[in-house]
Amino acid sequence: MELAAAVALGKYIGAGLACMGMGGSAIGVGNVAGNFLSGALRNPSAAGGQTATLFIGIAFAEALGIFSFLVALLLMFAV
Amino acid sequence: MRAARPRRTKGKTMASEAEQGLTFHPMEQFKVRPLFDSALNVTSISNVTLWMGVAVACVIVLFVLGTSKKAVVPGRTQSVAEVAYSFIYKMVVDVAGQDGVRYFPYIFTLFTFILASNFLGLIPGAFTTTSHIAVTAVLAVLVFLFVTILGIVRNGAHFLDLFWVKSAPLALRPILAVIEVISYFVRPVSHSIRLAGNMMAGHAVIKVFAAFAPLILMSAIGYLVTPLAILAIVAVYALEILVAFIQAYVFTILTCVYLKDALHPGH
Repeated sequence: MELAAAVALGKYIGAGLACMGMGGSAIGVGNVAGNFLSGALRNPSAAGGQTATLFIGIAFAEALGIFSFLVALLLMFAV
Repeated sequence: MRAARPRRTKGKTMASEAEQGLTFHPMEQFKVRPLFDSALNVTSISNVTLWMGVAVACVIVLFVLGTSKKAVVPGRTQSVAEVAYSFIYKMVVDVAGQDGVRYFPYIFTLFTFILASNFLGLIPGAFTTTSHIAVTAVLAVLVFLFVTILGIVRNGAHFLDLFWVKSAPLALRPILAVIEVISYFVRPVSHSIRLAGNMMAGHAVIKVFAAFAPLILMSAIGYLVTPLAILAIVAVYALEILVAFIQAYVFTILTCVYLKDALHPGH
């Protein structure tokens, strides 16, 4: 019984810690979007053709945050 | 994903339901249920099957109705179909190049199916099929197999140039090759989890806020919490409409990027 309680405790703490990864991915997505905007304001005529690159960059940065979200979900519901 | 296991013991759940009125688990909405059979087995028609069928039916109806008249001045249905078609066509040409147009029907099918599934999942009470990794993994693994086989058939041994970065210094190339190989094989994982995770996360957040909404029935603090919770649901729902489109777009554009790598493996 004590062991089960310790496992549950570790699970919840681990899930909470995994969520910190999402903060990192938030910084990454913010960097991508912010740098795109600062570049786009300097040269607005070139910005339109780069939106696909913007979304690819956001998707790559965001995937890692989603990974940590998945780790949290696995800890909560699958382990 | 069997995420919807009740976390509390049965007696406690019954008691808390009796005293709080409405409690539900945020992951309950992702539970796969058989519609007709008593238990879920391989052949039973579940809510996933139903909503996938509805998504396919919506796509077929949109494009059959949209292209049936072929009016010079398009009506509403025809404009939607035309805008979607030219949007994805332009994306394939821009990202994968002119020789990627041969594979445009597959990419367009992926886009419309994912978009329809994402939007249908936003209807209250509907089931989001793309929130299940089982569904998105099939789509992503098929894309992965498709581009890998296509790259090997089209380029033969030159396909391996994808991993051997010619523009890097010679000493760095083996290290980069290891990284490139790993990143190549992580593609189907990230491709599927990105879509499923985004859809699941947003819908779970809505349900978490929805769990705060009935607090007004229970205590005085509910007069403060309930309006905030309902406003938050509206805001997250609006964001989810955006996310539903962006994730379909991202899945499609990454397919185009992978297709470009398969067609032109040199960096």
